[in-house]
Amino acid sequence: MKPKIAVHKFSSCDGCQLAFLNAGEQLLTLSELVDIVHFVEAGPVAPDEQVDIAFVEGSITTPHDVERIQRIRSQSHYLITIGACATAGGVQALRNLVDGQQWINAVYASPQYIASLATSTPIAAHVKVDLELWGCPVNTRQVMAAVRALLFGVVPEIRRDSVCMECKREGNVCVLVAKGQPCMGPVTQTGCGALCPHFGRDCYACYGPAENINTPALVNRFAGLGLLPEEIARRFLTINNAAPAFVDAARSVQP
Amino acid sequence: MRRGDVSHPYLLHEAEIVTRVQEAPDIFTLRLRFSAAARQRDYTFQPGQFNMVYLYGVGEVAISIVSDPEDDLLYDHTIRAVGRVTRGMAALRAGDYVGIRGPYGRGWPLPQAEGRDVLIVTGGLGCAPVVSVIHYILKRRERYGRLIIMQGVKHANDLLWRERYAEWARQPNVEVIIAADQGAPLWPWRIGRVTDLFDQVPFDSERTSAMMCGPEVMMRVAVQQLLARGMNEADIHLSMERNMHCAVGHCGHCQYGGKFVCKDGPVFAYPQVKELFGVRGF
Amino acid sequence: MPKPKNKQTDPPRYPLRYLARASLPALLDSLRAAGYRCIGPQLKEGAVVYAELDTVEQLPRGVHDQQSPGEYRTQASEDERYFAWANGPQAIKPWLFAPRESLWQVARDEHGRLRFRETSPQVTPLAVIGARACDLAALRLQDQHFLHGAHPDPYYQARRESLFIVAVQCSHTAATCFCASTGDGPRAERDFDLALSELNAGYVVETGSQRGASVLAALPLAAATAAQRDAARQQSERAARLQTRALPGRNLRDVLFANLEHPRWDEVAARCLSCGNCTSVCPTCFCHAESEQPALDGAHSEHVREWDSCFTQGHSYIHGLTIRAETRTRYRQWLTHKLGSWHEQYGRSGCVGCGRCMTWCPVGIDITEEASAICGEGT
Ligand code: SF4
Ligand code: SF4
Ligand code: FES
Repeated sequence: MKPKIAVHKFSSCDGCQLAFLNAGEQLLTLSELVDIVHFVEAGPVAPDEQVDIAFVEGSITTPHDVERIQRIRSQSHYLITIGACATAGGVQALRNLVDGQQWINAVYASPQYIASLATSTPIAAHVKVDLELWGCPVNTRQVMAAVRALLFGVVPEIRRDSVCMECKREGNVCVLVAKGQPCMGPVTQTGCGALCPHFGRDCYACYGPAENINTPALVNRFAGLGLLPEEIARRFLTINNAAPAFVDAARSVQP
Repeated sequence: MRRGDVSHPYLLHEAEIVTRVQEAPDIFTLRLRFSAAARQRDYTFQPGQFNMVYLYGVGEVAISIVSDPEDDLLYDHTIRAVGRVTRGMAALRAGDYVGIRGPYGRGWPLPQAEGRDVLIVTGGLGCAPVVSVIHYILKRRERYGRLIIMQGVKHANDLLWRERYAEWARQPNVEVIIAADQGAPLWPWRIGRVTDLFDQVPFDSERTSAMMCGPEVMMRVAVQQLLARGMNEADIHLSMERNMHCAVGHCGHCQYGGKFVCKDGPVFAYPQVKELFGVRGF
Repeated sequence: MPKPKNKQTDPPRYPLRYLARASLPALLDSLRAAGYRCIGPQLKEGAVVYAELDTVEQLPRGVHDQQSPGEYRTQASEDERYFAWANGPQAIKPWLFAPRESLWQVARDEHGRLRFRETSPQVTPLAVIGARACDLAALRLQDQHFLHGAHPDPYYQARRESLFIVAVQCSHTAATCFCASTGDGPRAERDFDLALSELNAGYVVETGSQRGASVLAALPLAAATAAQRDAARQQSERAARLQTRALPGRNLRDVLFANLEHPRWDEVAARCLSCGNCTSVCPTCFCHAESEQPALDGAHSEHVREWDSCFTQGHSYIHGLTIRAETRTRYRQWLTHKLGSWHEQYGRSGCVGCGRCMTWCPVGIDITEEASAICGEGT
């Protein structure tokens, strides 16, 4: 029997699901290897089915989400979060740092209809996560490599080296050193192929924190480039806004 | 033009798993035979050397060879499922195929130890590299003097292959002494620390070679004990473990100060490694 | 400076020649005619980098560089010179020790049988134009590492054997250069096929090999005049004099290993990003990681190696334990290896004084300063 796979969605932009939908030929290969039993955006709907691998996109932002993720966990053998929302709260976790209710009141005509939690939290804050795939969005290579490894019976390998490692292999010129751009590469996890520096712009940390990072040292460097405290804080808080290492770095400059 | 191994140091040879033995919940032995007859015939190794063993689609790991060098029918690897690749290997069955390249590194100085007493020290859950030494000596009993096997374990239940130790202990001129920090019912050996073992068995420091492997903390203690009892530093040999990717001194991962564990080791005489031995971070 | 005594073992000497700048295209033509693909310095993304060179117009004419720890800038000028800069982020290393490379492939059939197939090394002969003395010193070390052991690396070897080197003698030095203190520059004395000293209107050309001589054969060369030779020599000497940085000694091995608990390791760890840039730009660093890239359908797989660094977690990972989990021990590995244990491994320090690790360190950590702090000045 083929292993079963589900792709679930919480608060998110749906962009990570494109890692599957845009996979082209690989998507066909995948469907030969596994049964995709639940993937609303692609067609199949069976949210309550027991599965071997559940991919979860999106963060937990409503009381209903809190219940649903528990159910998904209990019916999934191996649970993988995909993307910045599911793994680190996403852009919407900016609300964690302010009074969200105030914003809701200001934006919506009838705020009483909005059932939203005060925070946007990663999946791991609610249930046990077996594997986290970072990125905003994640790419096809990441999700397919995870499936392949699991089919081989081994845990997927995740490198948490800095973007700089990949950037140098790509032969890019360092935008921080050569242009003084506030590049987040030194504290950001590899996985994107050093996409932004390849096009001559600074990394904005969409793959989340690398391992063993030194945010105070980078904060200092950014200050030396002339960035104001709020500009530095914004470098860390853009995409992965519930990643503790980034939140701490932002708070250290802008309490 | 390039020929086989000589010019392509990374290419693997297919080998078949002839037998698989489950030794303990997470330890298993694969008995292998190369698919190509010529490779099977030409392959030779020394105890203490290792092969790179490849799990299809997943990767390679360095694993010590535990069979006897004169047994040219099958090559044995005893593997503990502790990492990504070795856990995957645990699912292999007889009839499956793996990739093998090797042998690599320097083995135990067994020829030099002929005519001498040999003291084996191992710790933790027991350790494959010294098992090859024990088998080697038992098979050539007359060429060596006393064989003393010392092992310390944390808890009595951690000792694997109890029958094997009992069997070794029955061989002529072999002493097996094991101590557990914590005992258990029916534990036939000593309770106490590994350091205490050295007081139990006096050895002649002039005519004894020590060979050890296991956790580095354990080896550190053992080295101190041996030196305190007058053993020469050069008579102490230890098998080191480090991250290995290439096994031929290229990738840099296995560096231990100026040594490459893959090609200068894995077996070292103590003076070769003593400068950094026990310094955290190398 | 003591002179080496064994003068008689020097390679055969070729006379110094002079090539007018207007004839430089002829050198490229001659290299191409000899079967080489030309690789040369060009201004890209704000730095002088090495890339495929079709015409001399692509060379960084009039470009000067300004380097300091953590900072690199170029400036345009009216200067006619093509090589009036010190060095850029990389030179020869990526062309021989590829940043990423497939080693072998394996296919698995329906019976589980494995068929391994080596990936053939790519062997277009390359001519690298513009390599400096430090780059050549680094090349010798990489040769020792990849070629002179029991298992020569076939990929490196194939490319190395067909490599043609047109060195350029440094006329400009960056504030980060310290090759004079390591004994590796600024003049390249050997291991080039040709070496150019760039003057206002042309080049004094040294020939270092028979191959070099034959590439020159078709060029419109003149004998170098005494004035031209003097000008070339003087600008090298000046480049050496202008260097302000230095390592505290040529062999720091013992003093580094005697100072493994020096408080400076903690202090530098507080500044170090542990990002691995220094090792990536270092022309002698050789560490690489191997990994597996299986096809999704599981029918075949590829084994790849790529540049790694002692600043990554994976470098010292061994089932369940990371031997160097924090920056202090990673930085210590880098420095004690580079300036220390290289002596045991390859008979000299692993640093050739190119200064890249400090320029391209995003936070500007200066290897000469760290080494001095740990070893004490004037060891
Ligand atoms: S250590 Fe730094 S200065 Fe020395 S060769 Fe490497 S990059 Fe150049
Ligand atoms: S251990 Fe570090 S310093 Fe040494 S070669 Fe490897 S990356 Fe470079
Ligand atoms: S394992 Fe690659 S250098 Fe030792």
